[in-house]
Amino acid sequence: MSKIFLADPQSCDVKIGRLLETFETKVKAYPPGTCPLTVQLSLLVASKNQTCGKCVPCRDGLPQLEVLLRKVLEGDATMEVLEHMRSLAAMIRDTADCAIGYQTATEVLDGLDVFYEEYESHILNHECLGGMGQKVPCINLCPAHVDIPGYIALIGEEDYAGAVNLIRKDNPLPTACAMICEHPCEQRCRRNIIDDAINIRGLKKYIVDQVAADQVAVPKANRSTGKKVAVIGGGPAGMTAAYFLGLMGHKVTIFERQKKLGGMLRYGIPNYRFPKDRLDEDIRAILSAGDIEVRYEAKVGTEIPVEDVYEEYDAMFVAIGAQAGKKLRLDGIDAENVESAVEMLDRIGNGEKPDYSGKNVVVIGGGNVAMDAARSAVRCKAKEVRIVYRRRQEDMTALDTEIESAVMEGIELITLQAPKSIEKTVEGACSALIVQPQMIGPYDKAGRPSPVDANKEPQRIPCDVILIAVGQDIISRPFEEFGMEAERGVFKAGLDTAVLNKPGVFAGGDCATAPATAIRAIAAGKVAAHNIDEYLGYHHKLYCEARVPDPKENNRIPTGRANITERPAYIRKHDFEHVENPYTYEEAMQEANRCLRCDHFGCGVLKGGRDA
Amino acid sequence: MICLNIDGIAVEAGEDMTILEAAQSVNIRIPTLCYMKEVNEIGSCRMCVVEVEGMNKLPTACNTLVKEGMHVQTKSERVIEARKTILNLLLSNHHRGCFSCPQNGECELQELCYEYGVEESRYVGTRKKIERPVKDSHPFLCYHPELCIHCQRCVNTCAKVTGRKAITLGKTGMFNIIEAPFGADWDTTLCESCGNCAQACPTGAITEKRKKNYRGWETKRVRTTCPHCATGCQMDLIVKDNKIVDVEGADGPSNHGLLCVKGRSASFDFIDQEDRIRYPLIKNKDTGEFERATWDEALDLVASKFTELRENYGGEALAGFACSRSTNEDVYMLQKMVRTVFESNNTDNCARV
Repeated sequence: MSKIFLADPQSCDVKIGRLLETFETKVKAYPPGTCPLTVQLSLLVASKNQTCGKCVPCRDGLPQLEVLLRKVLEGDATMEVLEHMRSLAAMIRDTADCAIGYQTATEVLDGLDVFYEEYESHILNHECLGGMGQKVPCINLCPAHVDIPGYIALIGEEDYAGAVNLIRKDNPLPTACAMICEHPCEQRCRRNIIDDAINIRGLKKYIVDQVAADQVAVPKANRSTGKKVAVIGGGPAGMTAAYFLGLMGHKVTIFERQKKLGGMLRYGIPNYRFPKDRLDEDIRAILSAGDIEVRYEAKVGTEIPVEDVYEEYDAMFVAIGAQAGKKLRLDGIDAENVESAVEMLDRIGNGEKPDYSGKNVVVIGGGNVAMDAARSAVRCKAKEVRIVYRRRQEDMTALDTEIESAVMEGIELITLQAPKSIEKTVEGACSALIVQPQMIGPYDKAGRPSPVDANKEPQRIPCDVILIAVGQDIISRPFEEFGMEAERGVFKAGLDTAVLNKPGVFAGGDCATAPATAIRAIAAGKVAAHNIDEYLGYHHKLYCEARVPDPKENNRIPTGRANITERPAYIRKHDFEHVENPYTYEEAMQEANRCLRCDHFGCGVLKGGRDA
Repeated sequence: MICLNIDGIAVEAGEDMTILEAAQSVNIRIPTLCYMKEVNEIGSCRMCVVEVEGMNKLPTACNTLVKEGMHVQTKSERVIEARKTILNLLLSNHHRGCFSCPQNGECELQELCYEYGVEESRYVGTRKKIERPVKDSHPFLCYHPELCIHCQRCVNTCAKVTGRKAITLGKTGMFNIIEAPFGADWDTTLCESCGNCAQACPTGAITEKRKKNYRGWETKRVRTTCPHCATGCQMDLIVKDNKIVDVEGADGPSNHGLLCVKGRSASFDFIDQEDRIRYPLIKNKDTGEFERATWDEALDLVASKFTELRENYGGEALAGFACSRSTNEDVYMLQKMVRTVFESNNTDNCARV
């Protein structure tokens, strides 16, 4: 008789595996606006069901925690129930044998602190805190709250101009977002429940590939209000504010330090990711909205006193971005050919392409700027390009797709190596980066594992050029001297972008958040424009002529997400031309047809459901 | 040797000792419920949790080894509170019909609840609706799931000590259940009916059915040796009103508290049978009936008859066969008598029943 057996491929564990994948997607698609206590309950039930049943605290204690939490949610609890939950959870945390018990209890305890007010509201008022209520995931998670289901439906109708118009209702940079948006809108897409998130950025790109933004007329501007608004900084935040303010009828002056508008979209993001002629399409459209004047190479803070601008204009929007590359304190940092990645990208943006022929380039950092610098170095004919990062690849803040593309283009990632010093030749040129090997350690307060020095000898990475991409600083000093409060250079502004104690001054974008994404800057520009309008005494509502088509029946057939392909690495790495291939008509239509129209089906028709 | 401190007392302990053993060595009592040394050290009940300086969690004393310099508190407020909560949780799923429970007065859960002042659970049990049938088709043993605290003592006793693996662990959703082999199909299971599971059970979940005939506090214990085979298992006869009502395994050198089905369930109930011979009888040759005699009369008769046989036919004509239920000492005495008095080597013992 046989004594031992292979694992049964038809076993329940195998089948559960598939179910668990579905479960994962369900979690991924948790709608925004959900009461945190219900999420806490889902987590608790999931954890409770993982018990092996051995130990009392976990097997019998977690179900009792669930009973108590349900009491709170059912409006059948007093404040004593919270104390009871806390003491029971603390006991489970202290006495459970394995992580299934103690980690679950820890999560409940954390939740009791983080969501204390929510608990209180449920117990005392038998309802959620204000502002709770399910919302359309993509619209809500887009910082600018663009009507995504609406423009996807317009794609289905082949009304691309309508789609551009609808996007511009909330975001005047459709081309920029089509090319480089990090698409937070896709995060909790309800389509995840069926197969995968809609490729929203891909669809948006299809729109602007069919009709250029500057070929779609912007709405007619309101009649002039006679008010003058200064926008300092012509990046995504500044241009967005200018666009909406212009449409409202205010006279806008953009003070741009560079020769052209765009900010980091032009001078940070390389052409191969976002071709500059495409950026110009957005800019031309924006500048056609009302009375917008641009003063190029106008350096507010150095050549033009901030005070003067403040005095001359009725309101001022500070959107100066984070333009200065952070410095590293390393021995030998003064060596020749050691440069900040931001400066290198800025030079390329200004048309001065460095020639790295035959050179070994090392980029320090793990963010998107590091990837941009490394991939640009490849295109500047460098012999070899390496990225040195002190954490692990999975800790890099760059988008996974960016890292993947960099690797495909032949860039080597050297991880867990912290820069220690820069070796110089007698002539003062950089000859190597000396690095200290690291090991990954415990998580820090921000929730990322921190590296610590490994018990290994420092290593030498020979190189001719070093590009430093370890973050960006905001050139905030002149504005701080003017009286704007800042913390570590980041301007303090409310969620309405208004600057405290400086009436009429608003701030947004990278300079008020620290380096973030284009879409967050665009959102700040939109919020600032509306609040400046209010500040100036108006309540303008902007007109949009695009109409959202009626929804069709949901397509319930699981269908793969249509990814955007790229030109092969062996070709694209020799030029700065755009790396992405356009969608075909069929791809775009299939992708658009996957949209579940949450603006119509489900919470979208509830009062507040569409609200951001 | 490891030096540690328990409740302010300096303790020297062996390197392989647990906190529980180290505490016991200085007479500090730490409550346990699921723990059975070397049989069930899985730490499932968590009653033996203690506070150890420098540890975030409250480790279980039963399966945490001592460490040099350890500072242990066995009765801190945090520990007491945790134990009370555990008892509350256990009690929430435990049927509290103690009056009708045969284990009343001997139940370890009952004793700990009494000690920690837990009279009513503050919880409503979450597994109460899972109705498992009572299993009582077995002639000696029965299982009451509503009394089970899922400590696994029975499972591990059956698997590791008895070696039968007749009691297994089942599942119903997220709950564990004990698959006790006492249902209608009991005679086709691996169960040998030894009852070591019932002795291991800290509550009244698994009991010998005869336990219903007495209350623990009405009885006295008499330590004796099992009369069945030559293993020499030590056992306590449970005596009520001068009658043996039950048997429990005692910690003897050869049995360590265990008994087999014969020792536990087949070694005492004949004592008070009506047809038991309680005094010597000699057959009246005239009537053919047995008649009561004195021990002297009876022994004299037997001695004279054996002597006669030996004189007439020699010792080889005689043999002595000892009963396997006799103790080793009695068997030894018998063979000695056969060799020296009978003058014969014809002696043996069946040594098994």
